[in-house]
Parts: sequence; structure tokens; C-alpha cells
Amino acid sequence: MEILVCARRVPDTSENEISLNSTGNDIQRDELVYSVNEPDNYAVEEALQIVARVGGKVTVVTVGGEDDEEILRREMAMGATHGVLISDPAFAGSDGRGIATILKGFMAKGNYDLILTGVQAEDGAAQVGGMLAAMLDYPFASLVNSIEILDGKKLKISREIEGGNREISEIDLPCVLSIQTGINEPRYVGMRGIRAVASVPIATPDAGELGIDPGSVGRVGAKVTRVDYFVPLLGKGAEMLSGSREENIDKVLELMAAKGGLK
Amino acid sequence: MARIFVYIAHKNGVVDDSAMELFASARKIDSTAHPTALVTGWGASLDSVCDTLRGCCSEVWKIANEGLAYPNAELIRKALVKILPPGSIVLVPHDHFGIDLAPGLSIKLNAAFVSDILDIAESAGGTLTVVRQEFGGQVSTHVRCDVSAGGVITVRPGAFKASSSTPLAGVVVDRSSEAGRLEAGRRWLETVAAEAGEVDITKHNVLVSIGRGIQEKDNIGIAQELADVLGAAVSCSRPVVDAKWLEKSRQVGSSGKTVKPKVYLACGISGAFQHLAGIKGNPFIIAINKNPKAPIFQVADIGIVDDILEFLPEMTNKIREMQSVSAK
Repeated sequence: MEILVCARRVPDTSENEISLNSTGNDIQRDELVYSVNEPDNYAVEEALQIVARVGGKVTVVTVGGEDDEEILRREMAMGATHGVLISDPAFAGSDGRGIATILKGFMAKGNYDLILTGVQAEDGAAQVGGMLAAMLDYPFASLVNSIEILDGKKLKISREIEGGNREISEIDLPCVLSIQTGINEPRYVGMRGIRAVASVPIATPDAGELGIDPGSVGRVGAKVTRVDYFVPLLGKGAEMLSGSREENIDKVLELMAAKGGLK
Repeated sequence: MARIFVYIAHKNGVVDDSAMELFASARKIDSTAHPTALVTGWGASLDSVCDTLRGCCSEVWKIANEGLAYPNAELIRKALVKILPPGSIVLVPHDHFGIDLAPGLSIKLNAAFVSDILDIAESAGGTLTVVRQEFGGQVSTHVRCDVSAGGVITVRPGAFKASSSTPLAGVVVDRSSEAGRLEAGRRWLETVAAEAGEVDITKHNVLVSIGRGIQEKDNIGIAQELADVLGAAVSCSRPVVDAKWLEKSRQVGSSGKTVKPKVYLACGISGAFQHLAGIKGNPFIIAINKNPKAPIFQVADIGIVDDILEFLPEMTNKIREMQSVSAK
């Protein structure tokens, strides 16, 4: 089975405090730790487990610039056969539809049976997989938390729905699936593994090579644009305790007793 | 302004809570609009849903089809594409169904797409400025959206207050015949209920709930010890289940359990909305997190910036001391 996994390099929210820059038009990016978008890592692991069972190849693709190559190397160190960095200045500022358009252009050059994405990235939009599927007229399923290969033509999948219930469906190949975290346990990648793939060539097709009209992507083609960032105020906010740890514990226990939380 | 449609989620003949919230968001886009309800399904339950909706909107578009008895997003998309007029704005709940339906629907309608909105900041001409969150709620953003040729928008559950409008006597318009024959590449087989776990976190008054901040499986004992001295249960957020450190039945959130404790200790939990959606009944929330920017501090009653791996054991010791004193 030929599997394409769409991945993205994002600031790692478990490693960073996200704050605004001085003008508020972006987050402070200078000292951020970046990594592969966590759900994408589960998607690559799932692809690798499928080809281990039924044979085939895994290609990992991202849209971006030279900084983004590091996540392709990481996923190749996990076992992906190919890494592809689709890169063109015309792609900057693309909205979800723009990214899906670019990926569709790339897909036309290959022959993939299964396309996987992570369920969502740091913007929480959860959009590119479903858009790509609609552009290709492929079936789509989001929030997938198990995949069983039925035969060369279809899969049995499970989706995570409300309350931890699972929706089981049959889906025809080729199809696009967005993968939920927890579907598997992604393998560990060490520095040695990344060094081992350091010199494997990575293709870097651009708009011209993929036959993508630059007017349909990037800032020019975007119907959706981020205007600014700001710090949200959802509720009145917590009363922050700023005493010593011992004082804070005493205060917490006092409040818990008042709220019926202590025996 | 374009005509606004609201996709109605329903189950067993009952309209989902999201419907009234979507009507409220539609009125925020255009206060003069009469949003049209889109209802798909089959049989008596569909009819009773349509009947309920007549009271709150002037037009209900009913799409009855045996294939839509189960809400299969691909079939529903195909039906809606045939029925919706060009330039429509379609509102859909941002849940497991909306995530399945909406992105592809926007492509087929050639409409702008924006997901998981919390508010509408401005609506002028063919441009909407909406509020979204990024980085798990650590920052918000204004997003401008050109909906002059139509828009598909998913709305975060709970973000808009369901407002009651004056009762209407709406009409049900049957659009079923226009949907035609529907076939999908994905076919629903069955829905499997979540497995019950050893511990029922929904039955406890106090929950010691842990998130990514617990760092590794071996540290779960720290939370369990605190829970033991409190007579509480240990629950968790998604990353703990993803890492297989606790079973799924311990997860609080939209894809886990809904809990109603009196006191909720959020330990090393960032506070993503999917997690918060599982906390009901307005408990007293105490949040302990190393990251002062963690969104949990916006919704908690009490916040402490500290390392749970040090804070929790000291709290456990303190309670043990108190208990041994009172036992004497």
C-alpha cells in the first residue's frame, strides 16, 4: 500500500509558554521549541504499522521552508521511505484551502492508496484532510482511532465520538483519514536514527513543478486571514495564590474543607 | 447579507443543545436574519425534530432520506450541496460530526471555511471577523473571512449563549426530492459504547485530575496517594490516556467522561476546551500548573503556579499530618 502522510512543524505547546510579540500581530517566536505536530506523529506511526503488515511505502510530505526539513528527517528516521518538502514563496500565507490545493497538486504526481493527516494542528482548525478529500472526491473520515485493512479495496475504521464511544465504518480506498492521538504508541527516535537519514535526498517541488496556479494559493488566494493575536479572557480568572508552597497548601486545604472536599 | 442556514444535530427525535447556540451565533452575524434550519434524517424522529424547530425559526428545510437515518457526513454533504443556494452561510457545531462534514462541504460549495469560532467580532458587507483560539487556548486570534461567495463556519459548543427569541410559527419545507439518490464511500456499521473502567470517576465528589504535567507513568502514584488520603478518585486529561498511563474511562472531556464533582483539582492540566467540556455542575476548580499562561487559570477558582511533582506530595503529607492529629 502506498501511503502519504501530511505533516507539519509547529511550536510544541508542551514545551513552550506562548506569548504575544510587542505589536500583537504574531506570537513571540524567537525562543520557541518546534517539533512535529503531535497527531501527525501518530499518523506516521500508523502508516508504518500498516506497511509492516501489508507491504508498501510511506511518504511524508509537508508544505513550508527549509526549517521544516527537520520534521521530515525525524519521520524518515521513524521509518518513512520518502520525505517531500513542497516549497515556494508563492505559498506563504495560504489558508486551509490553499494548503489542500497544494497537496492536491502534489498528489496528482503520485499514486497513493491512503492519505493520512493528524486530526488538527496548533491552530485547531482540523480542516486540510477533509478539504483535500473533497477536492479529490475521495471518502474521508476524521478522528480515526483504529484502522483494519479488510482487503485491497476497503478499510474498517473506528472514529472517536462523544463520551469515548466509537463509530465503526467501512471506507473505500483510496481515502483520506485524519488520525486522532492515542491510536498507537509512536516509536522513539534518537539522534542516531536522525543522523542515519541525514543524507537521504528530500525532493523540494515548487508551484511550477506541481502545476499549481500561484493565484489560487498563498495570500492572494486566501479567503481566510488571521488579523492579530490577543490574550483571551474567558472567565473572571482564577484567584492566584502567591505565597510559599506551604502557605498555598494550607489555603487550598482550608478552601477544600469549606467546599466539602475534605473528609 | 447572505441567507444563513443552521445545521441541526438531533438524536432520537430530540434537538441537540447546539441548535439554539447556532441560532444565537446566526443572529450575531446578522441581527435581522431569519436563519433557516437544515434537518436531515428519516422517519418519525425527523418529523418530531422539524415540528419542535417550527417554534424557533421561520423556515425548516427537511431532507428525509432512508440513507440519512444515521448521520453520515458524506451523504449529508452530498444532499446539502444539491439543495443550498449559492452564497449561503452555513453554521455547523464544532464536534465530531462538524469536523467530519464542514471542511469538505466548504470545498463543494466553493465557500470560505473557518472552524471552531468562539465569537463574531464584526460582520460587515461580505466580511466576517471571528474570534478563534490557537495553541490549545493559550492565545486567541481575530480571523477575517471573506464570505461574499458563501461561508461554512463551525461553532464551538458552549461559546454562544442560547437565547430565546419570540415563539414563531415556522413552516416546514420538504426538500427531500432534490437530494436525489445518495451513495457514499464510507458506510456506517455500528456504534460501540465506551468500556466501563475499574473506577467510575463520575461518582466522586472530589477528583484529583492529572494532565501532561505528570510527565511519566511512574509519577501517577503521587496523584493516587493524594486521592487516597482525600477519599477521591484520579481522573485525567487526554495526553495521559494517549500515553497509555491511565485507561480511557478515567478521561474527562468531550471524548471522555462528563463529571460533576464538588471539587476538581486540575494538576498539570493545560485546560483545552475539549477537556473543560467534560466538567459540569460548576465545581470548585483548583489549578496547579508550572505554566502561568495555561488556559486552565482562566476558568479555575484558585490558581497556583508550581510543579505538581513537588506540590502534590507535600499536600498529601500535610493531610496525613492533619488526619493523624485529629485521630489522636
